[in-house]
Amino acid sequence: MELVNITKTFHSAQGQTEVLKGINLTIEDGEFVTLLGASGCGKTTLLRIIAGLEEADTGSIILDGKDITALEPYKRDVNMIFQNYALFPHMTVEENIGYGLKLKKVPKAIQHKKVEEMLALVQLEGYGKRYPDKLSGGQKQRVAIARALINEPKVLLLDEPLGALDLKLRRQMQLELKRLQRKLGITFIYITHDQEEAINMSDKIAVMHEGVFEQVGTPNEVYYEPKTSYVASFVGDANLLRIDGELYALRAEDIQIQEGSHCTHKAKVLEKSFAGGQLRILLELSDGQQVTASRFGIDYDLKEGEVTQIGWSRAQKIK
Amino acid sequence: MKRGKKKGLFATSYLTLVMIVLYVPIILTVIYSFNANKSGTVWSGFSLKWYEELAGDRSLKEALINSLVLALGSCFFAILIATSAALGMRNRVSKLDKVMSYMSSLPIMIPEIILGMVFLGVFSFMNIPFGMVTLMISHTAFCIPYIFTMVQARLEGMERNLEEAALDLGAKPWEVFRDVTLPAIMPAIGSGALLSFAMSFDDVVISIFVTGARTNTLAVKIYTKLKTGVTPEINALATVILLITIIMVVLSEMIKERTKTKEGDSI
Amino acid sequence: MAGAGRRKSNNWALVAPLYLFTILFVGLPLIYMVYLSFMSRAKVWGFTNDFTLQNYLQILEPIYMSTFGTSLKLAVLTTAIVTLIGYPFGYFMARLGAKAKRLMMIGIMIPFWTSSLVRLNGWIIVFRSNGVLDKLLMWIGLTDEPLKLLYSYPAVVFGMVYALCPFMMLSVYSSAEKLDWRLLEAASDLGAGRARAFFDIAFPLTMPGLMSGIVLTFIPSMGLFFVADILGGSKVVLIGNVIQEQMTKGRNLPFAAALSVVLMLMTSCMLGLYRKICGNWKGLD
Repeated sequence: MELVNITKTFHSAQGQTEVLKGINLTIEDGEFVTLLGASGCGKTTLLRIIAGLEEADTGSIILDGKDITALEPYKRDVNMIFQNYALFPHMTVEENIGYGLKLKKVPKAIQHKKVEEMLALVQLEGYGKRYPDKLSGGQKQRVAIARALINEPKVLLLDEPLGALDLKLRRQMQLELKRLQRKLGITFIYITHDQEEAINMSDKIAVMHEGVFEQVGTPNEVYYEPKTSYVASFVGDANLLRIDGELYALRAEDIQIQEGSHCTHKAKVLEKSFAGGQLRILLELSDGQQVTASRFGIDYDLKEGEVTQIGWSRAQKIK
Repeated sequence: MKRGKKKGLFATSYLTLVMIVLYVPIILTVIYSFNANKSGTVWSGFSLKWYEELAGDRSLKEALINSLVLALGSCFFAILIATSAALGMRNRVSKLDKVMSYMSSLPIMIPEIILGMVFLGVFSFMNIPFGMVTLMISHTAFCIPYIFTMVQARLEGMERNLEEAALDLGAKPWEVFRDVTLPAIMPAIGSGALLSFAMSFDDVVISIFVTGARTNTLAVKIYTKLKTGVTPEINALATVILLITIIMVVLSEMIKERTKTKEGDSI
Repeated sequence: MAGAGRRKSNNWALVAPLYLFTILFVGLPLIYMVYLSFMSRAKVWGFTNDFTLQNYLQILEPIYMSTFGTSLKLAVLTTAIVTLIGYPFGYFMARLGAKAKRLMMIGIMIPFWTSSLVRLNGWIIVFRSNGVLDKLLMWIGLTDEPLKLLYSYPAVVFGMVYALCPFMMLSVYSSAEKLDWRLLEAASDLGAGRARAFFDIAFPLTMPGLMSGIVLTFIPSMGLFFVADILGGSKVVLIGNVIQEQMTKGRNLPFAAALSVVLMLMTSCMLGLYRKICGNWKGLD
């Protein structure tokens, strides 16, 4: 799948908003691609354009060598998982899942068989006769996935599908989605604002900011070799440090305190806080720049106000 | 864009067309109320004489006063009865309450003509003389459901812990009612009251049955006049009524808007 | 007191006025009406306490049966036209932007709240012989003489449709407004064309609004005798007109009561049916 120079501008009474400013992306078959960005960066709009629910001003979408830009949404081999699942409340789970096949006029017997297979795939055997309002959030999520997958789309679009779930369920569903994707070999285009989720699941991450891709790369590249300051701070909130007129991204876990000879920078401990299993230490360098270092564990033998020596093993030069 | 636009155009023109038809009789009434011609079918110049005639008509003035007294009075009683009942029925599960609130809603569910007939029968049975009293009772009966349902819905949507917070802060029950509950249901009472006012002011069917020989309401009077054909005077009267209506609609919209923004603030 | 938390409190004083009023002026009168319908007519005015089925038998007379027929036919016709006009209106309106919605709402509320007599008066101006419509048609050249539309069946149908349409518009609107438009997108994403998505998703989900619109149109249209009176002259006689006539001119209270009982039974059947249908829908509020 290929996206070529896609732009989109919304017009409203308040004026124009350029939501997408020339998006180019090549996606391999069977790849898990994540569009990562804060809300309002245009990622949902891009997904809706791919699904055909929105039309791009310029640019084209190529799927399997065919230009599908002008195709109606119901004629595309692309299916979507909506943010709030968009399950039809007046249909049972079975009817919801089988809806796509019913539209294609697939014989009843085959429909039934495939629905059963799908229910098994998403581990919802026995739930077929229920209505969506009798399901939990996680179960609704599975129905939405089954409903999209039964059409055997070439590409599955997922619009923050785990956003409404609690943390524990999120983790579980992340693994499950990944398992499904590997098993079926379908291309996934996944939207999230959660960098941890993106890194956990993706083959490729496209970090989006104000309508453009700041960086496209593997999770490793995006995390360890951020190209721009936005990517550096959005993905794993790295420290941005200016040294000799150049800007560097510095991961909190890469900062060492009083460890070895390369700890040559003087720094004062400003604050210590404990968050997410990590101790975060805010330090001020002699030129007034502040950096945050992180350590596992609670206890660390440093007092607030103390002056110490710090250094780092790795710093990524960025624009 | 093209796909979406086409559908939008059709919808917009349909909405506009229906809207225009909706307003045809109203606009014509206003225009013809300024027509100098007596027959009313031809336009022969602008004139205010029908309004002058209206101002001089004593029986119409009487009918107007009757209508206003009736609408305000039945609104008042309906507010008292419906609001207190809605408050009383809150937080309790009672079959009897359900039956009674269903029964109290019957006056707006059964055809008006039956209601009129029923009232006529029962008032003569009870020996209540026909006039303002009978009008007031029957109008109160069909005003109650409007206010009751609105207040009840508002109470259900209200956050219980607001009142509990007030209690916790040391407010006595009646102070809680005054400071928290009442302000919360005020918009519902207001819009319910406006709607019942409009319904009472407009009512012909029930009023015809229960009105006395000497108490005419404006609506009944217009009805009798319309049966004999339109006079330009009626156009003028209708325009005045229209003005009152518009003011009420704007008022009710303002109430709605105020509650919305208020609720928006608290989120 | 009302606001006094969940503790058990004596609320009877609060509900008593409603109980009293409802029993006295709603319950009792309805029972009285049923009672009345089995009584005999007195010579001049009123009734005597002699049990009889005469009133109900009288309804079976052809002239009254045909009146019921006409009323029912008019109600069905009115409801059908109102549905055809009002459903798309409410549906389209729900898809507008917030500002346009508000404007439309006020736009509907003004004629809706305006006295029905004021509106009827306007239609007389339009329909009467040599009125606005005649003039317009003759000016265009479609007709060359007045159509005499006022005091005819079509005028009555038109008046009824006009009076009742806002109920349908508003109830479909309120139902369509709650519709999650993403469901339509989801259907389209799964392969449904525009029409298919509408009939599979939007239509069933707005059904409650449509049904309550039908009830709100049908029931009043059985009793709106004054529209027929004013726009139909004496040409269109509905059950409402007969009841009114029996009460005022005919002075036959028991017979009017019997007619009312039958009319009420018909409308309650309608309401019951509506409840039953609505109760059967799954996944809907």
